[in-house]
Amino acid sequence: MSEHAHSSGARVYVLTLVALLILTGITVGASYINFGSASANIIIAIVIATVKVSLVALFFMHLRHDNPLNAIIFISSLIFLGIFLAFPLIDIQSRDKIIPNGLRVREQVAAPKQAAPAPAAPAHH
Amino acid sequence: MSSESYGHAAEHAFRQHHFVNSEQQFDTSKLGMWLFLATEILMFGGLFVGFGLMQANYPEAWVAGHHHLDRIMGSINTVFLLCSSFTMVMAVHASSTNQKSKTVLNLLATLAFAGGFMVIKYFEYSHKFHEGILPGRYFSYAGGGPPEQAMFFGFYFAMTGIHGVHVLIGMILIAWLTIRAQRGEFSSAYYTPVDLIGLYWHLVDLIWIYLFPLLYLVS
Amino acid sequence: MADIVATPKSQSHGDHYDVDYLNDGSLLSWLTTVDHKKLGVMYLWSILFMFFLGGVFALLVRLELMNPGQTIMTAEQYNKAFTLHGAIMVFLVIIPSIPAALGNFALPLMLGAKDVAFPRLNLLSFWIYVTGAIIATVAMVTGGVDTGWTFYTPYSTTTDGPVALMTFAAFVLGFSSILTGVNFVATVHKLRAPGMGWFKMPLFVWGIYATAIIQVLATPVLAITLLLLIFERLFGVGVFDPKLGGDPVLFQHFFWFYSHPAVYIMILPGMAIISEVIPTMSQKVFFGYKATAFSSVAIAIVSFVVWGHHMFTSGQSQLAGAIFSFLTFLVGIPSAIKVFNWITTMYKGSISLAAPMLYALMFLILFGIGGLTGIFLGTMSVDIHLHDTYFVVAHFHYVMMGSTLIAFLAGLHFWWPKMFGRMYNERAAQIAAFFVFIGFNATFLPQFLLGSRGMPRRYYDYLPEFTPLHQVSTVGSWLLGLGFVIMAGYLFASLRKKMDAPSNPWHARTLDWQTSSPPITHNFHEIPVLKQGPYDYFKPFEPSVEGYHE
Repeated sequence: MSEHAHSSGARVYVLTLVALLILTGITVGASYINFGSASANIIIAIVIATVKVSLVALFFMHLRHDNPLNAIIFISSLIFLGIFLAFPLIDIQSRDKIIPNGLRVREQVAAPKQAAPAPAAPAHH
Repeated sequence: MSSESYGHAAEHAFRQHHFVNSEQQFDTSKLGMWLFLATEILMFGGLFVGFGLMQANYPEAWVAGHHHLDRIMGSINTVFLLCSSFTMVMAVHASSTNQKSKTVLNLLATLAFAGGFMVIKYFEYSHKFHEGILPGRYFSYAGGGPPEQAMFFGFYFAMTGIHGVHVLIGMILIAWLTIRAQRGEFSSAYYTPVDLIGLYWHLVDLIWIYLFPLLYLVS
Repeated sequence: MADIVATPKSQSHGDHYDVDYLNDGSLLSWLTTVDHKKLGVMYLWSILFMFFLGGVFALLVRLELMNPGQTIMTAEQYNKAFTLHGAIMVFLVIIPSIPAALGNFALPLMLGAKDVAFPRLNLLSFWIYVTGAIIATVAMVTGGVDTGWTFYTPYSTTTDGPVALMTFAAFVLGFSSILTGVNFVATVHKLRAPGMGWFKMPLFVWGIYATAIIQVLATPVLAITLLLLIFERLFGVGVFDPKLGGDPVLFQHFFWFYSHPAVYIMILPGMAIISEVIPTMSQKVFFGYKATAFSSVAIAIVSFVVWGHHMFTSGQSQLAGAIFSFLTFLVGIPSAIKVFNWITTMYKGSISLAAPMLYALMFLILFGIGGLTGIFLGTMSVDIHLHDTYFVVAHFHYVMMGSTLIAFLAGLHFWWPKMFGRMYNERAAQIAAFFVFIGFNATFLPQFLLGSRGMPRRYYDYLPEFTPLHQVSTVGSWLLGLGFVIMAGYLFASLRKKMDAPSNPWHARTLDWQTSSPPITHNFHEIPVLKQGPYDYFKPFEPSVEGYHE
């Protein structure tokens, strides 16, 4: 069968595992540090996770040496996932013109007295 | 007339009749598995999209929810799954190089790590049930906090639950592989099932690699 | 029967391989068969049965709308009837019709393969389809569902009735669709006959391939959407519930991320059949082969970025609406390329007006109307007026029924001799086609008028001034029904004859016509080696299969 499938020997697998464990340590450690904002912490965590995922896909799942078609399938599933995330995100983040405060409209309905009346004016765009 | 006249002349027993040779069969099976993995990614992707959009709207509920999760237990589970992925790929390697006992040992180690993962998951779940941390309208935690925590835990249970089901299915498949490997059914000429289930198992690992920081490490 | 002379070499296969597939094995063995042809035929009968069921509901709905007020059923029964009509037709008929029935049968034959890549998966996929159909039936019998086939929240999370069960049925059917898609992509990539490069594939294969890509990438999202809906009903998580901070419009995003591409899961195979029927029936080389092949893939990709045009009035942001509206127009480009190429292919061809071609021509007219009215609806400002009116109903019936189902009929009449080895009565087929065409237009053209005048869809009752148009529409549905009754008559009649179909009744050049009618169990005695492109009608015919003669 495909001689590429196991050209990367056991040594590569061990190194991959070590890298993955170190990255896990880093990501857990980073979660105890405040990088300024909540989104900064999330972005750092996601970047590290993506590096880990790439390592698993390239070495454990053999995409590095495999038929490129399989890598294309893997990557296009991620691209389409990106499309799936992007459009609802555009929608919800730009909905303020119709519904001020987006999904948080419920809180205004529940406590109309406390919500400051001024910023709810339609002119705010 | 083609010499590869089909229906007979099977060069070995594992080739199905509609393939010209076993390399074509192996490549095709692998392609099929990758297509299946793409569907898995998009299915879990739906949960991630919903989770991310709601997190953008209710960050404080997400932070509050995450304080109920045990970072240490999550980290141990991550290590378990990473190690199981390693032993799985070693099993694939061993089966493709005719090392029967190494294949069996690595498969058993994979099973053990997966079992450890499920045991920890069981303790995490039962602890939460005990505290009244349940999804949606059954959320009855007494400690207060933003009401959208109920939604956070809706996602938590949906995501880890569906992931857990995948781990369980993987364990059943690996157990089946172990029995077949013990019987000596795999060799460098035929180890397709080990390879394909290996790919599936790595995908279960991949999903956890994203689940872990998103659920346990948001702060 | 089979008019291919068995070559002496095929003796070594044993007699088993020379029997035509319909008579190979007992009736019971069909239930566990992995033969793609038998699975295609079983899908065909299941789909035709479901089509009958969905058609009965359609006729009942139309009958109820004959007059304002109550005619034959109550408002609740009406809601259930149109939901069942929609859910059956979409999930159980149109989506599987061409890929699962005709695709399963013809795709491996056209590729010169013995079977699909994963025959056992194919069998599993069939039984998952049957399971889904049974669950859907149970949901209908135990109360029925009144949400419409779209299951929009928050109504679907609050209404009574077996919504979770119906949703689960759609979830199960989704898996059948996914497995078929996986199977076809792998088959096209790996099992083409020697000599068949990507641009020597018949255009039907290109269309089915593009469809399979959508099935693989979009259907999993439907699975998770429906799972979240079930979860929502069971636990009240609130993701789609504004009372709990969730967003009902998000459900629509989830739903249409699958269901808009699903519209192309329906139309692409239809276009694929037309791309096969038109060059064959015109005996002419396909004009713009590559453009047509790529336009299938282009439609598949663009289909993923236009779903928001279903949500212009749902509270989606104006920015998102404008982006979706713009992207929607892109679909017009590859669709127009196809229509142009079909028409140009016919130009100066020697056109035969046999039944498959009649349906193909019908497709061109009806798809023209359905596609162009789609542009009206994709324009955001116009859609504000037309959204949720009968204009939308008429539009999607022109594309789903007028295009996909008519293309399915074209394909059914095209491959019927190959599937069953019998020719049907051509005159009867022409009469049926006439009734289908007149009936269809009588049913749905008035609905464009109704919609533009403000008749909302899914309403049980209406204002008296709409009565004449509704009555024309109802009478049209009867003519349409009559067309299908005639069709059932001559198709069943043909099955009672002895096998008389030649191998290649339409003088086609693709591989599926170079084996006997019906094909032998293993499709070909020897692996075909491709000698000619699929539409090389400008050259003398050179068969790619040993032993072929007409």
